[in-house]
Amino acid sequence: MTTEIPTKSQEAAAVPPPGRASEKKRVQQGHKRLLTRRDRITLAFMAGVPTILHVLLVWVTALASILLAFTTWDGIGFDSIKWVGLDNFKQLFTDNPQFWPAVQHNVIWFVVLILIPTPFGLFLAVQLDKKIRFTRIYQTAFFLPVVISMACIGFVWQLIYNPDTGLINSIIGANKPGHYIDWIGDPKLNLWAVLIAASWRHAGYMMILYLAGLKSVDPSLREASALDGANEWQTFKNVIFPTLRPTNTVVLVVTIIEALRAFDLVFVFNKGAQGTELLSILVTNNIIGESSRIGYGSAIAVVLLVISLIVIIPYLIATFRKERRA
Amino acid sequence: MRISPSGLHVPGPSRRNVLRGAGSAALLAGAGIPLLSACGGSGSSSDPKTVSLGSNSSDAVPKKAFAEIYAAFTKQSGIKVDVNTKDHNTFQEQINSYLQGTPDDVFTWFAGYRMQFFAAKNLASPIDDVWAKIGDNFPDAMKQLSKGEDGKYYFVPLYTYPWAIFYRKSVFQAKGYEVPTTWDAFVALCKKMKGDGLVPIAFGDKDAWPAMGTFDQINFRLNGYDFHKSLMAGKESWTDAKVKAVFDHWAEILPYHQDGFMGRTWQDAAQTLVSKKAGMYVLGSFVGQQFTNKADLDDLDFFAFPEMNPAYGQDTVEAPTDGFMVSKSPKNHDGVVKLMEYLGTPEAEQIYLKADNSVVAASSKADTSSYTALQKKAYTMISGAKNLTQFMDRDSRPDFTSTVMQPGLQKFLQNPKGIDSLLSSIERQKKTIFASQ
Repeated sequence: MTTEIPTKSQEAAAVPPPGRASEKKRVQQGHKRLLTRRDRITLAFMAGVPTILHVLLVWVTALASILLAFTTWDGIGFDSIKWVGLDNFKQLFTDNPQFWPAVQHNVIWFVVLILIPTPFGLFLAVQLDKKIRFTRIYQTAFFLPVVISMACIGFVWQLIYNPDTGLINSIIGANKPGHYIDWIGDPKLNLWAVLIAASWRHAGYMMILYLAGLKSVDPSLREASALDGANEWQTFKNVIFPTLRPTNTVVLVVTIIEALRAFDLVFVFNKGAQGTELLSILVTNNIIGESSRIGYGSAIAVVLLVISLIVIIPYLIATFRKERRA
Repeated sequence: MRISPSGLHVPGPSRRNVLRGAGSAALLAGAGIPLLSACGGSGSSSDPKTVSLGSNSSDAVPKKAFAEIYAAFTKQSGIKVDVNTKDHNTFQEQINSYLQGTPDDVFTWFAGYRMQFFAAKNLASPIDDVWAKIGDNFPDAMKQLSKGEDGKYYFVPLYTYPWAIFYRKSVFQAKGYEVPTTWDAFVALCKKMKGDGLVPIAFGDKDAWPAMGTFDQINFRLNGYDFHKSLMAGKESWTDAKVKAVFDHWAEILPYHQDGFMGRTWQDAAQTLVSKKAGMYVLGSFVGQQFTNKADLDDLDFFAFPEMNPAYGQDTVEAPTDGFMVSKSPKNHDGVVKLMEYLGTPEAEQIYLKADNSVVAASSKADTSSYTALQKKAYTMISGAKNLTQFMDRDSRPDFTSTVMQPGLQKFLQNPKGIDSLLSSIERQKKTIFASQ
């Protein structure tokens, strides 16, 4: 008997009071149906895991490498980390014979990519946009280098440039003593040689980006300018190119990123020997290996980070400003 | 990974660096080393009948040869060897984190500074008890190579190979050349070869380590073993006139080196010796692996780098040595001792040499009757040496050699005249690197 009483009272409470309150209840139930407990767990999982991974792999590592940049550490045991303040940076800026050439080469890399393959990619895109015959085949051919991994590109091109048995030296007869053209080793040549390989790939990339941009240009714009009597070049210069502005922004950012992260091609090509030093390769050489100089390598990585931020922050500010205005 | 055309494996620096170049993917995978310090090791059980062993011999031929050694050991002692083989290049790049994590009981490694470094960091166990038994099997020079800075033994050598000047007997015979024993005779020979339309000295420095071999030879011939060793240990100044003299001598023979060396691999350079277009080649005996034709290989010979200073003569031989070490806290100590004792016997070495005849046994007791003429000569040269060096990147801090010396020497080769500023730059960088110890 005694056990029945509370049950009864609960049942009584569970009976919904009439009127507006019951409507409210129904709304709550509807909300519950949208997000069951399982849904919530799934959601938390789907949002949580990427967040944790992002924080761990991006923020924690970035902050760790910034902190490590002010220490020396050989990677053996955490007690061997020693705080050295700005020493790593001082050494980097004054003593490291490879640092300034590396910065310079990263800049050259960007300038060359933006001046040669980017306009060339645009040119290809404009031609392919004209509905010429076999356009699909051309598109595929020009885009193929982008699909191949950088490491493979580096490998293929170093075979072409090989001083003894390579394609170029064999054709022009520059593989005999006294006539050698050392494409891979000569510091005056090797950066340009490797940039040709990089441009070969970058042009295809730019072509696809511009082609996508051109496809979205309203055909009525062309008609209008044709009616106004503009020739092809005038139409392109005054009508089409200005409408490609969003594409140009993407192209600029992509090219900057390509220039800063340039690594694999050169590493396979000649491991960043004299003439082709790059910041990314200096980071790798210092950190990876046996008794690694993790603090010093991190300092170089921080320099690379700062350069990226200098480039990316104005872009982000501009983008956000535009969004706010819209 | 890379099997040389002769079917033999390329020992030591050669293969390592070839792979270093080939494995950019492996490298990227290893980018997180310090954070993934627990990624190595097998963590095998403490079964008294099993010893775990981490091996870097990923090439087919040495892998099989090592497996035969372990099989013979199991047969003799009843203890199983559980081998974890890793890609040679990856093994080396992850060695720091591997030894700090849960390493195997025994691991393959190199003699010299590179061994002492891990011994000093307490990442390896001393094995004086093993050496009490196997000590008689080895010459004194090998004993020196196996000791840490604290005087205790940490290493059991298995095989070694010499660096020297390699040449074709038939070429020397046909042109009436004589083996030079002094620097002047060597330079004169280079000149003569050039006049005869030969490339006097084959050279390829794309991988950046071959130049270190030439530096080593000139330095210990000119300044002696003691200076070389202490220079490598960071105790001498690179701006010393003695070091400058090394580069002056090098600059003297540089015009006789093969053109276009910066973009050439050592394999391609060796091919010019195979095709008799080059007269000589300063390299390790693994150069023989590029000689796929037996007649060519029989024609290959070598001589020690010529004397440059009568005070030192030709008393030092560069002989990189590979062998085994014990990790910091092996799970099966008794088994490990037995295995190391077995690895220090001439029998174990002979099993290995059967598969790989480009190297010679580290033990002085090993049977030399099955050696090829080249092996016999290498053996005589090494066992007759007063001092043995390993190689610049094994005798010095690897971070110093890879981030300072490799680009530094390449810079010298491109511009021999800028040596003064280069040496002071090396010295400045050396100070900071060696200070961070």
